[in-house]
Amino acid sequence: MPNPYASTGSVATVTSSIAGGSSSGPNAPGGPGSLAGGPVLSPATVVRRLARYVRPHAGLFVVSFVTAAVSVILQLYVPIQVGQAIDCIIGTGNVDFARLGAIAVQLAVVVTIAAVTQWVQGYCINRLSFRAIRDLRVDASEKIGRMPLSFIDAHPHGDLISRVVNDVEQIGDGLLQGFTNLFTGVVTIVGTLVFMLSVSVPMAIVVVLVTPLSILAAWLIAKLSNRSFATQQRIQGNLGAHVEEYVGQQKLVDAFAFGPRAEERFEGLNSELYVAGERAQFLSSLSNPGTRFINNIIYAVVGVLGCVCVITGWPAPLTVGGVQTFLSYANQYTKPFNEVTSVITQIQIAFASARRIFALLDATEEAPDAPDAVELVDPRGDVAIEHVDFSYVPERPLLRDICVHARPGMRFALVGPTGCGKTTLINLLLRFYDVNAGRIALDGVDIRQLTRRSLRAAFGMVLQDTWLFEGTVAENIAYGRPDATREEIVAAAERAHADSFIRALPAGYDTVIGEDGGTFSQGQRQLLCIARVMLTDPAILLLDEATSSIDTRTELQVQAAFDQLMAGRTSFVVAHRLSTIREADCILMMRDGRIIERGTHDELIAAGGAYAELYRAQFA
Amino acid sequence: MLQIARRFFGRFRVNLIVGPLCKFIEVVFDVLTPLVVAAMIDEGVTHRDLSAVLYYGGMLGVFALVGIAFALVCQKMASRASQGIGTDIRTALYHHINEFSYAELDRFGTPSLITRITNDVNQVQLAVALAIRQLIRWPFLAVGSMIAALLINVQLGLIFLISTPIIAAVFWWVMSRSVPFFREVQARLDRIGLLTREGLSGVRVIRAFSREAHERKRFRKAADDQAAVAIAVGKLSAVLNPVTFLVMNLAVCAILWQGGQLVSVGSLSQGEVMAFVNYMTQTLLSIVYVANLVVVFTKASASAWRINEVFDCTPSIIDTGNTKVELPNAANAVAEEAANLKAALAAETAGGVSALAAEDAADPVGSAPAIRLRDVSFTYPGASAPALDAVDLSLMPGQTLGVIGGTGSGKSTLVNLIPRLYDASEGAVELFGTDVRSWPLAQLRHEVAVVPQTASLVSGTIRSNLCWRWPDASDEELWRALEVAQAADVVRALEQGLDAPVEAGGKNFSGGQRQRLTIARALVGEPSVLILDDSASALDFKTDAALRRALRELSAARAAEGGLPFTTVIVSQRVSSVREASLICVMRRGRVVGLGTHAELVRSCTIYQEICTSQGEEVPGAEERLRAQGGMGPAAVQPGEVVPGNAESAPGATSAPEAPASSVLPTEEVTDRA
Repeated sequence: MPNPYASTGSVATVTSSIAGGSSSGPNAPGGPGSLAGGPVLSPATVVRRLARYVRPHAGLFVVSFVTAAVSVILQLYVPIQVGQAIDCIIGTGNVDFARLGAIAVQLAVVVTIAAVTQWVQGYCINRLSFRAIRDLRVDASEKIGRMPLSFIDAHPHGDLISRVVNDVEQIGDGLLQGFTNLFTGVVTIVGTLVFMLSVSVPMAIVVVLVTPLSILAAWLIAKLSNRSFATQQRIQGNLGAHVEEYVGQQKLVDAFAFGPRAEERFEGLNSELYVAGERAQFLSSLSNPGTRFINNIIYAVVGVLGCVCVITGWPAPLTVGGVQTFLSYANQYTKPFNEVTSVITQIQIAFASARRIFALLDATEEAPDAPDAVELVDPRGDVAIEHVDFSYVPERPLLRDICVHARPGMRFALVGPTGCGKTTLINLLLRFYDVNAGRIALDGVDIRQLTRRSLRAAFGMVLQDTWLFEGTVAENIAYGRPDATREEIVAAAERAHADSFIRALPAGYDTVIGEDGGTFSQGQRQLLCIARVMLTDPAILLLDEATSSIDTRTELQVQAAFDQLMAGRTSFVVAHRLSTIREADCILMMRDGRIIERGTHDELIAAGGAYAELYRAQFA
Repeated sequence: MLQIARRFFGRFRVNLIVGPLCKFIEVVFDVLTPLVVAAMIDEGVTHRDLSAVLYYGGMLGVFALVGIAFALVCQKMASRASQGIGTDIRTALYHHINEFSYAELDRFGTPSLITRITNDVNQVQLAVALAIRQLIRWPFLAVGSMIAALLINVQLGLIFLISTPIIAAVFWWVMSRSVPFFREVQARLDRIGLLTREGLSGVRVIRAFSREAHERKRFRKAADDQAAVAIAVGKLSAVLNPVTFLVMNLAVCAILWQGGQLVSVGSLSQGEVMAFVNYMTQTLLSIVYVANLVVVFTKASASAWRINEVFDCTPSIIDTGNTKVELPNAANAVAEEAANLKAALAAETAGGVSALAAEDAADPVGSAPAIRLRDVSFTYPGASAPALDAVDLSLMPGQTLGVIGGTGSGKSTLVNLIPRLYDASEGAVELFGTDVRSWPLAQLRHEVAVVPQTASLVSGTIRSNLCWRWPDASDEELWRALEVAQAADVVRALEQGLDAPVEAGGKNFSGGQRQRLTIARALVGEPSVLILDDSASALDFKTDAALRRALRELSAARAAEGGLPFTTVIVSQRVSSVREASLICVMRRGRVVGLGTHAELVRSCTIYQEICTSQGEEVPGAEERLRAQGGMGPAAVQPGEVVPGNAESAPGATSAPEAPASSVLPTEEVTDRA
């Protein structure tokens, strides 16, 4: 048995043709925000913009269309040759071997060329589409890299990821491969028609008139089953949500002995699903036998009429070989229609995906550095925040008239309830967001006049949300200084008190950290992020709840290392734990976007204000 | 798949037999069709007999009608059986998962269980439907066509016997090589997703370090890799259709040529040559479908395997307690305790913390302890070191136990043993004098309310969430719980109050609000034991303090009414959360390194002193010592060591300022998991 844990998702594309009702529709259209609001691009615009991605591979494009046409036409010619061959085989002693031989050789040549061109076509379109979508994907990803943080914070990450992964994939399947299928489908329909007319006009008319019956049957069944599919999907969704929620919190369910009640609910949904699912599956499974039935009837009609033509010569003369030719065509003629309809759905889905991608590519980017932006060299760490106002959304001002002047080497502590704007201030300092009013100056220069690169290089930052990427521990620590030597990395880890647990890992510093930080605890992840900053040599340090997940004993040790690091550097510390900030030169007590108190710990305690109250609450 | 079949197919025996049977009959008619056409040509056309043509044409029509009739019955059987089996598997699986204890949940992980109960069951369901509908059809059509061809003429039939295996071999060759590739393509695509997610979640770090170019390069490489593999697999698949088309049509050429010879000598007719050509086409079509079915069944058997794995896992905790446990008679056993509580409250209001020790001094006698751990050890399955090592403690009804220690020290493990979420590996956990293994699980978990570390709610309303422990709680009771949990303001601020909607996971509430609501949820239904597993961490100090105070008041009020005061267990990293507890248990690497009141521990337990110092709590004498050492972790204290007497004389107090690696807490976490 193959490894049952391996992902087999992609095989779905192979099997979906026979799976009948495996309905994995397109992703629900995008979330809120600017991406959904833009004007809907016309199909022509979408095609034109996609063409830009195809242009570098124009050769492949032309070859694939030419070979597609050649291959299809040759394949369609086969039934005619088979028919002609059969006409050479009349009966005992009545076989035209000379002609039969010639036709057989001819047929062999035709099918060989058809096979080769079909292969070339498949090869080209495959190459073309995967290269084009790779370029599209890279563009989409790099676009996200150029978007302002306000955009990234405001959009669900799942939606953006889905655009880069799934939507681009849809475009590959639908627009690039789909267009070729559409093209071959149309060529097949037209080609068959032409060939049939060339053999017998009345028979061709009969085939053309009766085949729509099959298409009609398929359409009716689809229409019938679609509604019940929607119901099934809805209930399946409810069931999925239940499982997602309750199994997702199975431990809680256990602890509260809630199992029987959860099961009751589940069984209700499950039996609903049975009724809807059975109905939907039955209706959709009618499609194959239904169209097969119609096709069988058509087959009988074509056979009988063909034979009548052969015997009576009315309404048009026909040979037995001609009957065979028509039987083949009748059998095949509905296929391209079905394919074209399914391709059209696929193309529609792909268009929706393309619009989502282009909406992303059209979104307004972060303003580039000012043309006269200067490089910050050897920052001293003098930070002046002057009358800064800021809000994420205009209706809700977040920071109001903030003034802070940090001289080089000063340590500031930001204190206050959640949502009071502490983290926002850090966003502004690094220019993740720009102020609405007022200005922030570093060493006397407005930070908007500095290149972002040099501005950000002046800061070292540890956030509450730790971020580790897929890579080794050493690579993660050296993220801010890729050129660091192993000795420097180890030294930084030692200072962050991360060295001992790193050494305990199976491969030490070369242990690969898996997705989402792998098996590290929140505290260990924080220590790694701290080591990352220890390795850089920033003029200003920003700690946003940097030690919130570390137990207090270790925190004390890390704090000592921070003290070392902060010596002589300007620093801003956000923390819940008052003990970590007592040493600050200046505590900024914030509430509702304003600084309501400032001063040293002793001064603020003596003043008996909000800070003092907060401090006392800790020991209440 | 076999195990699943044995367990779940029985109920649908009739469907599973009748369905394929009907499909078989349909196939027989399909196989006969080319023969009828051959007869139509040979008897009708060759003898210029119109009535024969019509006769055979009619026969084709009848075949078609009979075919669809049987097909419809088959489809009905297939949808009934497959959906029914899917429904049964889902119910059984969900029930089984509900029987699991934490140990089994840890083993599978909830995301994996979710996939199994949704996707995997759907895969199996689909496979059952396809098995009935198509597994019979296509192989039989292929084999039937071949048999029919051989029956007409053995010599010509040989061409079938040669070409069909060639086509099948081509399919096997291409698919066996491309299917692993498909997995590879998916893996690369997953990596693209991963990098995109990393780029989004780490956007601040990436930009702060100006590493955008590096990230662009990584992504570009991943995209290149993905394209390369996809193109490679495409190259392989591109071979499939042309080659099978070529083989089939070359076989047709051979049939025509060979057929001509045979017709010429009179051993075959023109119509029969046509039948041969038609059989060839039918065979190819069948092979295409069979190949696709193989893929579906490979996937389904993997899914069935995953489902079975769940069924095969027997829950480690079995509800063996079948007699209801009588709680101690509250009125007399606890009267003394209640008096103590009142005294303690009064003392606390007066501002003195030390008075609380009095509560402990009067050790209530004559009643069973609310919680008693007898030499309890616990090792997680697969772990080398125990997560709890010989823990022994006892707590009387109405008392409060504080559990403090670093991450990974075994605090949560300890409290999870009380409501029997795990079973102790050694020793025994007793609740009101009865081993928890003798309690009926439902009653046990009704008496012990847990507020877990991560505060999450389920979709519904505030009311439906609060009523988890007790479905028929009155509004008054809900409000009382909310008041104690400091959550009443949160609910009052909502327009619909108790009926305000809650989104999945409680996403429409802030972390602190959620936390308070989960505390309220635990309080509804009057538990005897309340466990707060580090659940106050999202609360600010003020609310945390108010909560603890309200809990004490509630307990006292209940005791005053003659009820059983509730026993509280508070797990925390904050000294301020546990300092008033009747008993504080200091944990380190799965061991109890200190047990006593705050006043006692602060004098005698080095680890506790360190924790206190690190949180800015007053520790007599210890602070100066720590300062002198430059703020670094002082202790090389061995785990399990309770330092007696004065802190100043504690071993390790004079050791080097650099803490040895082993004393850094995160190390413990690594060993815990190992």
